[in-house]
Amino acid sequence: MAANTISITVKIWRQSDPNSTGSFENHRLEDINTDMSFLEMLDVLNERLTLSGGEPVAFDHDCREGICGMCGAVVNGIAHGPERETTLCQLHMRHFRNGETIAIEPFRARAFPPIKDLIIDRSSFDHIITAGGYVSMNTGSAQDGNTIPVAQDKAEQAMDAAACIGCGACVAACPNAAAMLFVGAKVSQFALLPQGEPERKKRALAMVEAMDKAGFGNCGNERECENVCPKGISIRNIARLNREYIRAAFTAD
Amino acid sequence: MSWFVQTCSSSVGKKYIMALTGFMLGGFLLVHAAGNTSIFWGRHAFNSYAEHLHSLGFLITIAELVLLTIFLLHIITGISLFLQNLGARDSRYAVQKSAGGRTWGSRTMPYTGLAILAFILMHLINFHFVDHHQPIADIVKPVLSNPLYSLFYGTAMFVLGLHVSHGFWSIFQSLGINHPKYNSLLRCISWIGCILIAGIFIAIVLLLLFSSSQLA
Repeated sequence: MAANTISITVKIWRQSDPNSTGSFENHRLEDINTDMSFLEMLDVLNERLTLSGGEPVAFDHDCREGICGMCGAVVNGIAHGPERETTLCQLHMRHFRNGETIAIEPFRARAFPPIKDLIIDRSSFDHIITAGGYVSMNTGSAQDGNTIPVAQDKAEQAMDAAACIGCGACVAACPNAAAMLFVGAKVSQFALLPQGEPERKKRALAMVEAMDKAGFGNCGNERECENVCPKGISIRNIARLNREYIRAAFTAD
Repeated sequence: MSWFVQTCSSSVGKKYIMALTGFMLGGFLLVHAAGNTSIFWGRHAFNSYAEHLHSLGFLITIAELVLLTIFLLHIITGISLFLQNLGARDSRYAVQKSAGGRTWGSRTMPYTGLAILAFILMHLINFHFVDHHQPIADIVKPVLSNPLYSLFYGTAMFVLGLHVSHGFWSIFQSLGINHPKYNSLLRCISWIGCILIAGIFIAIVLLLLFSSSQLA
């Protein structure tokens, strides 16, 4: 079967360094195979830019199979593009029309300062994780997993929260640039499990403090985050974070 | 910094303040709307409702002070959240599109909030800071039989409905009340509250505009 091709115009954000003011650049791309992923389309663009002596577009990517959380851009106003529960690398060109102009911008938030073109600095997420997104365990041989009872439904919910790949789309999509879905997921995955119990209160307090310090906005319950999350993480996790935080604030020693 | 101040000034703490004060203001609105329904039963019912309320004496003064405190907390925290949120994104998107979460209510929250504040000031000038030696019906009637005021009050009540259409549901989410078993019930209750409040107030505005004999 012959591959379908489309011709598109990409209106893509170019910014040479963190301090310069960026702007959009238009590029016409003919004969784009619709079976290509979005990042492969950017590869084609970069190849052409390089061959014509231009500077290729810088964008983050790693696994290209939707599980690492490195890629991401705002495509036509929606983080990770128009397909639900899909990372940018798993978005395919068949979802675009022939002749379409596609606007591509970086995730924008004060807490995610730009580095170059579509690449942003998401180390504020790392600082939040460092503040409390872990469990402390004694070294030595691991105990038998079955000695700690975990209810099946709780395990499932913890796993759903742990599906977060930390891509930052929730922040990008939030009208307030809040990181509540990310922190909600990271707090929930431990709060639901007995292994997270010892540091439960400390974790909720420390991670919210780190989040506030990083300059993220405040949750307005707009629900944009759960609609762009490539892992379909629910705002139920934000409600859980709210409970965890207030419980910890009033009862932590 | 004490733990309490620290909690209240955190992002989650501020949302709790908004939710708790919002819950109390919602309760006030429901009681206010319920009390005002006495207008439907005519001049005598409305006047005697107001007289009964005023006969509570210092309890009313205390209630007013509590209400003022709740309002101020809600307004100051709301404005602080609004400014913080504006500052959390320093560059705007060229293409802005909703992925399906936002509603007209949620989108306009800070603006409807400020509009309601302006309305409340007007409302207090109309009905609170006036000579109360005359019966309440005679204070209300000339204002709400004026089509300009009716338009203003009607619009304000629509804006209030928009504000609480996001606010009521938001209270539950911010307080951490979100469970698949109850989510549709909570949404339903929120909508009923919203329609009840906006509906009663708008009905009163329309009644006094078109039936001048209602309070005669």
